[in-house]
Amino acid sequence: MTARRPDPQELLARAREEERRAGRGRLKIFFGASPGVGKTYTMLEEARAKQRAGIDVVVGFVETHGRVDTAALLDGLETLPRKTVEYRGVTLSEFDLDAALARKPAMILVDELAHTNVPGSRHARRFQDVEELLAAGINVYTTLNVQHIESLNDVVAQITGVSVRETVPDSIFDQADELEIADLTAEDLLQRLQEGKVYVPEQAARAIDRFFRKGNLIALRELTLRRAAQRVDAQMRGYMREHGIRETWPAGERLLVCVGPNPASTRLIRSGKRLATGFNADWIVMFVEAPGLRISASDREQLASNLQLAQELGAQTVSVGGVNVADEILAYARDHNVTKILVGKPTHARWRDRLLGSLHDQLVRGSGDIDVYVITGEKGELTRTPGPRAESRPVPVSEYWESALLLGLCTALGAAAYRYLSLTDIAMLFVLATGVVAYRYSRGPSLLTAFLAIVLFDFFFVPPRFTFAVSDVSYILTFAVMLSIALLISMLTLRVRAQAEMARARERGTATLYAMTRELAATRGLADLIAVATRHVQDTFSGAAVILLPGLGGGLEVPAQADTALPIDEKERSVAQWVLERGRLAGAGSDTLPAARGLYVPLVTTTGTIGVLGVAPADPKALRDPTVLLLLETFARQIAVALEREIFADRTQREQLEIEAERLRTSLLSSVSHDLRTPLATINGAASSLLEASGTIPEATRRELVRSIIDESQRMNRLIGNLLDMIRLDSGSLQVHKEWQSLEEIVGVALIRLEERLRGRRVTVALPADLPLVPLDEILIEQVFANLLENAARYTPAGTPIEVSAATIDGGVRVDVADRGPGIPRGDEERIFDKFHRGPQESASGGVGLGLTICRGIITAHGGRIWAENRPGGGTLFRFTLPLSGPPPAVPEEA
Amino acid sequence: MSKADPVVLVIEDEPQMRRFLHAALESHHYRPIQATTAREGVAQVTGRNPDVILLDLGLPDADGIDLTRQIREWSGTPIIVISARGKEHDKIAALDAGADDYLTKPFDVGELMARLRVALRHAAQPADAPPEPVFSTRDLRVDLVRRQVFVRDHEVHLTPTEYKLLTLLIRHAGKVLTHRQLLKEVWGPNAVEHAHYVRVYMTQLRRKLERDATRPEYLQTEPGVGYRLRVE
Repeated sequence: MTARRPDPQELLARAREEERRAGRGRLKIFFGASPGVGKTYTMLEEARAKQRAGIDVVVGFVETHGRVDTAALLDGLETLPRKTVEYRGVTLSEFDLDAALARKPAMILVDELAHTNVPGSRHARRFQDVEELLAAGINVYTTLNVQHIESLNDVVAQITGVSVRETVPDSIFDQADELEIADLTAEDLLQRLQEGKVYVPEQAARAIDRFFRKGNLIALRELTLRRAAQRVDAQMRGYMREHGIRETWPAGERLLVCVGPNPASTRLIRSGKRLATGFNADWIVMFVEAPGLRISASDREQLASNLQLAQELGAQTVSVGGVNVADEILAYARDHNVTKILVGKPTHARWRDRLLGSLHDQLVRGSGDIDVYVITGEKGELTRTPGPRAESRPVPVSEYWESALLLGLCTALGAAAYRYLSLTDIAMLFVLATGVVAYRYSRGPSLLTAFLAIVLFDFFFVPPRFTFAVSDVSYILTFAVMLSIALLISMLTLRVRAQAEMARARERGTATLYAMTRELAATRGLADLIAVATRHVQDTFSGAAVILLPGLGGGLEVPAQADTALPIDEKERSVAQWVLERGRLAGAGSDTLPAARGLYVPLVTTTGTIGVLGVAPADPKALRDPTVLLLLETFARQIAVALEREIFADRTQREQLEIEAERLRTSLLSSVSHDLRTPLATINGAASSLLEASGTIPEATRRELVRSIIDESQRMNRLIGNLLDMIRLDSGSLQVHKEWQSLEEIVGVALIRLEERLRGRRVTVALPADLPLVPLDEILIEQVFANLLENAARYTPAGTPIEVSAATIDGGVRVDVADRGPGIPRGDEERIFDKFHRGPQESASGGVGLGLTICRGIITAHGGRIWAENRPGGGTLFRFTLPLSGPPPAVPEEA
Repeated sequence: MSKADPVVLVIEDEPQMRRFLHAALESHHYRPIQATTAREGVAQVTGRNPDVILLDLGLPDADGIDLTRQIREWSGTPIIVISARGKEHDKIAALDAGADDYLTKPFDVGELMARLRVALRHAAQPADAPPEPVFSTRDLRVDLVRRQVFVRDHEVHLTPTEYKLLTLLIRHAGKVLTHRQLLKEVWGPNAVEHAHYVRVYMTQLRRKLERDATRPEYLQTEPGVGYRLRVE
């Protein structure tokens, strides 16, 4: 056999792991068998050594429990102030995560990794705080006792009889970069205990005798060393994998643990973890939802916490639905190359297996080359909690009535035909009725019917009639058969019904996802995409939803257009912000910041987290259901992909616009400098001649020079006015102050302003006498008239007429400014409204080419339209419309 | 320049503008005095008691509208404010605060002199002096005693509101009146927001008095500000 090459998958995983660690802080755990072995002391000693070496060390949270020697070590170390939290009237001091992140030291000391934070803190558990510190690139020193390790929790409980609720996932322990064992022999520890050097929490005082027994301490010490060794072993295996060293045991073991919604399953899961570690196997924890299984709300919570425990212990979890549990398990096992299946011991009576078939039997028979392990569940825990059957639908009373009616009919029919039918035939009638009820109605009515059928049959028909006595024992068999048939049919019906329901639910999930994906694919524009996505999430998860995207400042914003039903206040925003930064889910129903109203899911794409999806279902418990969570995450992925596509498109478009804007700016600058310089040159020239040769210039020439100064400065004034208008239009700061105005008046103002420019032309104004007042901004519309008139004056031969007219049209007024000039070159009708476009006959008194652009901007801002056409018979017609919003206001009548 | 020439106080921070105004005023027989800041302006108003004040609304050290209000508290000297195009709101605010008229930059000397003349003429008349019985300018003649209006010697019939509007403009002939001022005087203080009343009546008046309503000789529109009855 050739030397084993590293598996590319493993290399990739390894590379990712290293990449992940590159920006991460390092975690060192000071690990001990029990309180009092000196973990904190060792940690502080080492911290002081680091500080002496010049490393920025900060004490985040260290509990000295009043031990003088430990407290002495704190001297000279910078200690972060603690956060005080008010909880149920008690002031508690907690580690201040935000202060630590803000301080960002090179290394921080955070005691007691397994600590549970006060409700209302950001994370439920301190190890999550530590995770965040590591993610921020801060090295962390912490302490941990063996009984707090998740997978050893129940073993420790067995040894000591004291169970600990605060546990730390094995994955944290296994991923720690360094481990230091604070070791003390049992004798030394007991002596320290006697000397009062070990802090014992008050509530544990009763357990102290039980816990600190020599036998216990020895066992715990052994467990500690073994667990530490196991971790070293795992590291070595990682090294071997990395270097292509062939392992001595068969690789590729895969374990499948089958769990149900009962507390006993936690034991099964822990056994699975130990077995998986022992075999160095991947392991999967699976739950099969069979249609016959009724899962109450409390069961569902138990199931969710079981699966969560499995995840914390490093298992992959799956939930599948299927009619036959054994078939589903085996099919999954085959598909995923599972080598070992773990199931709990059966907990129900043997007759059920005989009657309905046994899961274990089916598993073992169908397993082929897969090993099946059957693990013991603990007694006492196994009695199923009779939780409320929340999810079974209430039986309508009418079903009972209808069943009774059917039985009554049977009885009547039987009584009527008693003489002609044999007793067996009548029994068949009742069996039929029982069957019909069992098929159509739920379990309650079926059972009642079966029972009533027997009673009625017995009373009315079985001799002796009209008593409950039975003369022939063989009728007992008839009764039994009737009851069995009713039960069987009703069970089958329920199963089929449940199966159909499950299929429908799955179908619904797929269909809603498909519907959203399809609609997202057809939607363009960020605002619309967000609206579509939000709506689908709201519909599917029946609750409020919101999508938050990072704004320009980096903070999350709810895009203004989105019609949000989930109100985002400061608190919710900070949760969402956390999710965005860490790329991990948080909020209601999760472990992180569970006090939030909504659950926040990161929108992750290949380029990172681009936003956050927030959901607050009407029933917050729904979020604890793994299938719902899975569907939500699938939704989030689809939305993320759609948004990313749009953001990319947006960015491209913006870049193009910027290029365009840059081009315009350049062209504006060159145009403006040219246009401003021309009149300036004239003014400068004329003024300097006047100054230098004041005495010698003839009066006529002098007047002409002065005249040109005035003309040119007026031209500059117009130019600057246009530029300012343009800037206002471009920057969007143009404000339209509409008032009911008279067009006649505005045309008049424009004509007076342009008196000089229009000298020698016939300008006719034809406005109908009944032209209504129009809502418009008089300053801006006057500018439009001025620009159009000036345009006409510039591009048409001197002396040609200009006509201004107006007419009322449907919903507004239409204004025409027409000339008899050369007209517009064909195809240029739209181009002339472009910025810096100038007509072909550019005269010396030309403008910047902004006049018409400004006109269009102003008219558009009024909600109207402006365009140009060539007139029949020659010349140009500029035409614009202005909308009339509602009837003109009333003017008081005169007496 | 003689002692009888009217004193014009120019409150303006731009040196070029001051120079231009100084030259223009002097050559038209006014005695210009100058202030470059609002504070200096107030001091000059009290110290020199000018006949007219030319106030630039764009002073760096104070709001010109506040300054107008401040001067109006104790002085009736006509104030003509100077402002740029597009600042119609400032002009209206200044006029409503007590300024008598305004000029839009850039303006020519002719305009400036016309404003000064009107301002001085109104200042010379005591506010309670009985008006001239007959007002006439070019082809327009209004007999204020008989309440008769003639255009080119033909009598024109006006409605009571039209007549009220016209006489109001005559009383302030040559001076700008804001929409607000017109509405308040003619329709009462409750009507000051209904600027379209004035527009409708002004259109009617023009049709009756003007030769060409789009090129009015008498009833001139001051865009965004109000109206002015053009004289001379």
